[in-house]
Amino acid sequence: MPKANVTFQDVGITVSVPAGTRLIEVSEKIGAGITYGCREGECCTCLTEVVSGYEHLAAPSVLEDQVLKDNLAPRHHRLACQAQVLKGDVIVKPA
Amino acid sequence: MKPADMSLSPDPGHGGAVEIAERVHWIGAFDPWLRNFDLVLRTERGTSYNAYVVRGNRGVAVIDTVKAAFSDEFFRRLESVAQYEEIQAIVLNHLEPDHTGALPELLRRAPNARLYLSARAKPMLKGLLHADSLPVTPVITGDTVDLGGRSLSFLTTPCLHWPDTQCTWLEDAGVLFSGDAFGSHVCDARLFDDAVGDFRRDFDYYFAHLMRPFKAHVREALDLIDPLPIRTLAPAHGPVLRETPQYYLRRYRQLAGPAEQPEGRLKRLHVFYLSAYGSTRAMAGVLAAGAESSGLHVSLHDLETCAPDLLIDLVEEADAIAIGSPTINGDAVKPVWDLLSSLNAIELRGKFGAAFGAFGWSGEAVPLIEERLRGLKLRIPLPGVRARLIPTPEELAACRRLGVELAKHLTGKADHRVIDMATLA
Repeated sequence: MPKANVTFQDVGITVSVPAGTRLIEVSEKIGAGITYGCREGECCTCLTEVVSGYEHLAAPSVLEDQVLKDNLAPRHHRLACQAQVLKGDVIVKPA
Repeated sequence: MKPADMSLSPDPGHGGAVEIAERVHWIGAFDPWLRNFDLVLRTERGTSYNAYVVRGNRGVAVIDTVKAAFSDEFFRRLESVAQYEEIQAIVLNHLEPDHTGALPELLRRAPNARLYLSARAKPMLKGLLHADSLPVTPVITGDTVDLGGRSLSFLTTPCLHWPDTQCTWLEDAGVLFSGDAFGSHVCDARLFDDAVGDFRRDFDYYFAHLMRPFKAHVREALDLIDPLPIRTLAPAHGPVLRETPQYYLRRYRQLAGPAEQPEGRLKRLHVFYLSAYGSTRAMAGVLAAGAESSGLHVSLHDLETCAPDLLIDLVEEADAIAIGSPTINGDAVKPVWDLLSSLNAIELRGKFGAAFGAFGWSGEAVPLIEERLRGLKLRIPLPGVRARLIPTPEELAACRRLGVELAKHLTGKADHRVIDMATLA
């Protein structure tokens, strides 16, 4: 299965993950500082800055895109409960 | 028979609206016998639900409404200064039901009204009105609504105390409609800060319960608000602040100020524990020693004799907390939950946490505490340590390592680790 590497910059941990893994599936297990509310892509609590490798994430859904807009999210920010890592190296940190 | 209360008599405006600035009226409602607000605040002086009307040359804006049970009072005051057809804008600074209870009926009565609310309020509005096509305009800082000869402008001030909150500024009159910010739960028909007597304690108490968890957001909001030449602060609860609005702005700045962080101050860890037979206490001791030897300022607290509300200030200023509990009947012990259930009153995001504890046969307390700490949005970078009955030297060493490693995370010295997801539990 294709793999990707996600680095959670705030805790200094890089995790090798299968392609398609959502950030939420990893971040809490390693104690990263990304925090969650609804876990369903609506509340924007888990807003996360993608420091690099933004292009290696699956594109946001229409719903996620709308939530990001409603919450005035800056460029290269995603919802960790929605964002799926597809390949390559991605570095993230709490927004 | 209820006691006489000077807050009730005389009704300002004799049941009608009360002018607070030129062509600006208060049209709120009094709730003198409310004794508990949102289940979490004592309100021994009741409260008011403040709503306002602003009249321009071309139309009228209504700013916020009241709790549903007080709708008649609100509409009576509104009708004393405006006709429903004139209402061009309904501004919702905050969607909580104590300010939107009369909204469905107001929308029905005001056919020409458009709703103005923050972008983050828009999805919430659906949950409130259950309607798909509403005349809504989401607004952000700098957006305006022209009422003819005067205009309202908006300030996006989220998390004062919900994500949707905003303030509305009427420049020509110098009035800031601040929503829940700068409010207090005081029901007093004398209405203005210079008339109602001393309510400083109520003002601070309100801040402590509604705004304290969002201090960083309060500071950001103050950065937007401070430059405005405010003559009147018109909050959604309690007295209208016209005599010394700058005092209340300064007070919020004080209350929301970050804890002092003298240069070179060691990172602070508070270790809270309970222990029936000394095992969890021993674990707490070595964890604390490990953390201290690695450069943290460490304090130990036996929860058996600590009142949780006295500990909140400590946690607010801490960089990390470690919580130790034995497992009794498959759970952490009640004083631990008392502490953990008190912590949502403060800002916790970014702090580190850890759990440990001794147990007899199942040891659920540690994972339950960890789960709660995650729910409170602390970081839990290290797995907790458990020991069966009497900790072995190895288990005590693991506790000490937990303290050492926690210190490394706090001081930015944790080794960069590369791991495979398959190894994560």
